[in-house]
Amino acid sequence: MTSNLPGSLEVRDLSCERDGRPLFSGLSFSLEPGSAVQVLGANGAGKSTLIRTLIGSADDFSGDIYWCGTPYPSALPRMRQSLLYIGHKAGVRRGLTPLENLAWYGATRSDALRALEAVGLYGYEDVLCQQLSAGQGRRVALARLFLPSAPALWILDEPLAALDVGGVASLEARMSGHLAAGGMVLLTSHQPVNLESLLQVDLANYQVPWVSGADHLLDLQEVHSGD
Amino acid sequence: MAWQWFHRLGSPRWFYQKSSAWLPWLGGAGLILLLVGCVWGLGFAPEDAKQGNSYRIMYIHVPAAFLALAGYYIMAICGAIGLIWKMKLSFVVMRAAAPIGAALTFISLFTGAVWGKPTWGTYWVWDARITSMLILFFLYLGVMALSGAFSREQSADKASALLALVGTVNIPIIYKSVDWWFTLHQPATLKLTEASTIDPSMFYPLITMIAGFYLFYAWVLTLHTRSLILQREWRTQWVRELLGQSSVATGSTR
Amino acid sequence: MATETMATGNEGGAGDNERLEAANGSGFFTLLRTELLLALRSRADIVNPLLFFVTVLAMMPLGIGPDPDMLARMAPGLIWVMALLATLLSQEALFRGDFEDGSLEQLSLQPQPLYFAVLAKVAVHWLVTGLPLAVLSPMLGMMLNLPSAGYLPLVISLLLGTASLSLIGAVGAALTVALRRPGLLLALIIMPLYVPVLIFGTGTVQAALDGYSYSAQLAVLAAILAAASALAPLAAAGAIRISLDH
Repeated sequence: MTSNLPGSLEVRDLSCERDGRPLFSGLSFSLEPGSAVQVLGANGAGKSTLIRTLIGSADDFSGDIYWCGTPYPSALPRMRQSLLYIGHKAGVRRGLTPLENLAWYGATRSDALRALEAVGLYGYEDVLCQQLSAGQGRRVALARLFLPSAPALWILDEPLAALDVGGVASLEARMSGHLAAGGMVLLTSHQPVNLESLLQVDLANYQVPWVSGADHLLDLQEVHSGD
Repeated sequence: MAWQWFHRLGSPRWFYQKSSAWLPWLGGAGLILLLVGCVWGLGFAPEDAKQGNSYRIMYIHVPAAFLALAGYYIMAICGAIGLIWKMKLSFVVMRAAAPIGAALTFISLFTGAVWGKPTWGTYWVWDARITSMLILFFLYLGVMALSGAFSREQSADKASALLALVGTVNIPIIYKSVDWWFTLHQPATLKLTEASTIDPSMFYPLITMIAGFYLFYAWVLTLHTRSLILQREWRTQWVRELLGQSSVATGSTR
Repeated sequence: MATETMATGNEGGAGDNERLEAANGSGFFTLLRTELLLALRSRADIVNPLLFFVTVLAMMPLGIGPDPDMLARMAPGLIWVMALLATLLSQEALFRGDFEDGSLEQLSLQPQPLYFAVLAKVAVHWLVTGLPLAVLSPMLGMMLNLPSAGYLPLVISLLLGTASLSLIGAVGAALTVALRRPGLLLALIIMPLYVPVLIFGTGTVQAALDGYSYSAQLAVLAAILAAASALAPLAAAGAIRISLDH
């Protein structure tokens, strides 16, 4: 089913900051084959930073991240071979048709057609993506999950946003199938996700307390309230 | 051991505290040298046979031109250290070096133009060195404009460091091509490796001025780095303690 | 039609191996084909720089007078400066679309180095801007009364030089792709880096007009191109990673 060897993603005592402001610290969890993690947190809690760190695009972190037992950043090339990432920006080229977009991600024509049918874009495969609606564009990106060549580790930023009820159900079914086949899913979502063996990680539990007196940052608000 | 030292040096706070001890020495020595060099060069050095007194602007022009180019390399090397070792302080020094270098480049262009009027009868000629200096000025402006365009300090640091590095690779090529473009230019009067063509009585004040400019540069760079550190770290406890209660008011107006 | 080419290009391998294949050398040509397809679909992006090139050059005699001798003297420099500007202006869009739709982020996550993706994009940019500019330049040379000895060196120097311009400009485009209005900033940071290409580009034509051999100038242009194609995509790839973390 999956085109790569199963691995595991392990996060140990991870701390991230953004623009000198600590977001979370002491975050630990592990993602084994067949399991899923949902990252929760308010806006600005650091969900995007966590995801960027996990896919290896941001490197200002302390703590350890391991892929198949190898620490970042040396594990990144191998991790990326098993990675399917769908971010806030869908990664769908507006000047290409859905079929060409999937081909760009390495799909064969027949696989791509089946995947597009699965996300309800049957009949749109030769329409330029710039003519599709925002929701449909999002579906083109999600169609990557329905390709038989989809790699093992899925990291999805708000995959359920802008999907209707039927779309959510079909995506959940696909994720269940992927997990059953030994895949891994890490996603952020504001809405509940119906998946078995779903581990929820709430970034609110790892927020950095403001330590005064130490060489530590203070919140903006505290400074503002002082005058 | 050495590594630890390196990392401590990378801490802006450490730099801020240590550098306050260097400042009076750098500034004092620099100003004394500049004063001595100016009085010596402008007052006591002999008049030039061909150019008369107008050559004396060289005592400002040449050191400024030296440091304009050296400053670009200092900026780029700091950027490279920041990119490779993720050293915060290094980026701050790089950002501080850009406007100082641009100012020195401008000074050398301006004094060059003033010198050019009595010597060549015109303020501006498209001579190879002047043109190269002008392009160096543009390179500085580009780095400053790019770093000012980002809203995130970290992105601004990395992007301008990369641009400075690209500029460094290009500077020799630009200089060579401009040289080739305008082969007719004054021969270099000061080559440290060869015997100098200018008279020692004119040369020693120049050396004094160059040394003074270097120290002055280091002093201004340290000062500017310190002020940038305060601007960047104003939310931290140590800066707030340093500035006392008044920091609350200045902080919130930023 | 276009869909056909895309599909046939990928039908070779079995589904499971596709991704791995894309990670190997064949990926470069897939990238190149996709970029070319995208470029050919947005024709305005190809035509506009050329129109700019022609229109602004047509303004020149209006500004400096129709004297044929003066125009002939200025022709190499004018054509080269306009080629510079046309390349620069078209380069702002080089990574913009891919940045905005997220495919640049996806590219940065490929196991394959970003270097090749940048090289593919720059190659296509040159194919749709630099190459037509060079092809069009004799016509403009004619309008500006360029002596006949200048035509061949003009075309060859533009062919070599605009490729370097595209490569160098890609660094600036990558550095500014995360900014909202990079137009003037891009010009400010990239123009100084264009100086050597401009000097040797016009130098080639000037040497030919003065009756000298211009092979040395062409050799320098080729050397600049070689250095730029080795280094500029590296710098641009680094700049893209910086911009993506904005």
